Amino acid sequence: MKTSHAVRALNGILRREMLRTLRQRGRLLSAMVRPLVWLAIFAAGFRSVLGLSITPPYQTYVLYEVYVVPGLAAMMLLFHAMASSLAIVYDREMGSMRLLLTAPLPRWYLLAARLLASVIVVMPLVYLFLVIARYWDVRPPALGYVAAFPALLLSGLMLGAFGLLVSSVSTQMENFAGVMNFVIFPMFFASTALYPLWRLAEAGPVLATIAAWNPFSSAVELIRFALYLRFDAASAFVVFICLLAFFLAAVVGYDPGRGLWSRRPGS
Amino acid sequence: MNVLSVEHLSHSFGSRRVLDEVSFSVPEGGMCILLGRNGAGKTTLFSLVTGLYHARAGSVLVLGHAMKASPSTALAQMGVVFQQLTLDLDLTAGENLRYHAALHGLSKALSKERSIEELSRLEVADRIDDPVRALSGGQRRRVEIARALMHDPRLLLLDEPTTGLDVPGRRALERHVRELCRERGIAVLWATHFLEELTADDDVVVLHRGTVRWAGRADRLAADLGVASTAEAFALLTGAE
Repeated sequence: MKTSHAVRALNGILRREMLRTLRQRGRLLSAMVRPLVWLAIFAAGFRSVLGLSITPPYQTYVLYEVYVVPGLAAMMLLFHAMASSLAIVYDREMGSMRLLLTAPLPRWYLLAARLLASVIVVMPLVYLFLVIARYWDVRPPALGYVAAFPALLLSGLMLGAFGLLVSSVSTQMENFAGVMNFVIFPMFFASTALYPLWRLAEAGPVLATIAAWNPFSSAVELIRFALYLRFDAASAFVVFICLLAFFLAAVVGYDPGRGLWSRRPGS
Repeated sequence: MNVLSVEHLSHSFGSRRVLDEVSFSVPEGGMCILLGRNGAGKTTLFSLVTGLYHARAGSVLVLGHAMKASPSTALAQMGVVFQQLTLDLDLTAGENLRYHAALHGLSKALSKERSIEELSRLEVADRIDDPVRALSGGQRRRVEIARALMHDPRLLLLDEPTTGLDVPGRRALERHVRELCRERGIAVLWATHFLEELTADDDVVVLHRGTVRWAGRADRLAADLGVASTAEAFALLTGAE
């Protein structure tokens, strides 16, 4: 693989993702509206009933809105990852994924390029949300926005790799709708996005254990700590290992010799 | 010299065998028609030839490069038009071509030059800045062929490219592809179930239920089977009414 070829292909894939994202205004709008609705309505409602003790990285009592924003940023990444995954299944049914996979580059590289491009295009939206959240007094330190970038990128890649893996085993869009329900909601609700772990432990040890093992929780905590200029090494480790595991499994899923594609007619 | 060699290719989905010992080749500048009814295994064969997945047995060689061992080298020589539209409807014709060029490692300048050249050759250059969504079925197919030729491949694969086109559209597409064979020496594998797309000097491979039932020059088909017409011969080979 020549470097110039690899770079041009990556640029091409990134450019295509950006153009598609910009031209699908409905998708853009809903990506922004979803977390804002959660922040403006859900968080406002829960604020009065859900007390929060001092929980790291916060050094004092914080408003529920402050607590929930990193989780909502991670939710944006999760929804985007699943929407991208759905787009891959659609592309495969409609044929344009074939074009990507018949490019003269290693398949792992093509999948990685698509994954990276997909995460990069969602970043401006996440930052826009973080800026709008300041209206609700969610004001991390200015440097926190910079420190959050690698955390958001790593989390986005991990969730995107998970979406890629899901798309590799999902042969039809109809199946995928079911996967969305079985993946997004459990992953989001059984995590520390909306409640701290100690709160979940009060509700039940099983739920707390699930949330503690849920890689989405690690993504949320990594972003939360980074926004307040702290590094959560344990979460970073979990997110990184999960990224590798999901991506490698997705590469196997798309392998021409071993993947599910070669075992099903009409692929 | 053979640009494409398919040797003893077999594939199955679970216990269902969809291709069985398929062998044929396409020489430089040659036009090979892969003729078969729906469900004959043409699309599976295309998926295997393009390396989307590997066959259970047999091999695919493109200019001597095995698809299993050196997929990137083999794919670099190949332009593909799949049965289903693979253009991005949200992008313009030009953007679709430039995306493909980037995947094949072409520079921006070369990509721009080639996209105009190929779209002009296929008489759709005036639609370069139009979204694909706004193009007719025939124009989309021509844009797909232009895209497949962007990186100057030695082998062009077309899987039922005339599906959904009207008769004049089909004729025009056929004419363009035959010109490519003659003028640029491109080897073409054209899968179809339309007998009228054959000409006398084409190489034909009749595929039925995953096996090659007959292979040779189109003008020998009827004579070899001792019938009056190509249509009768095809019906005899495939059990069609």
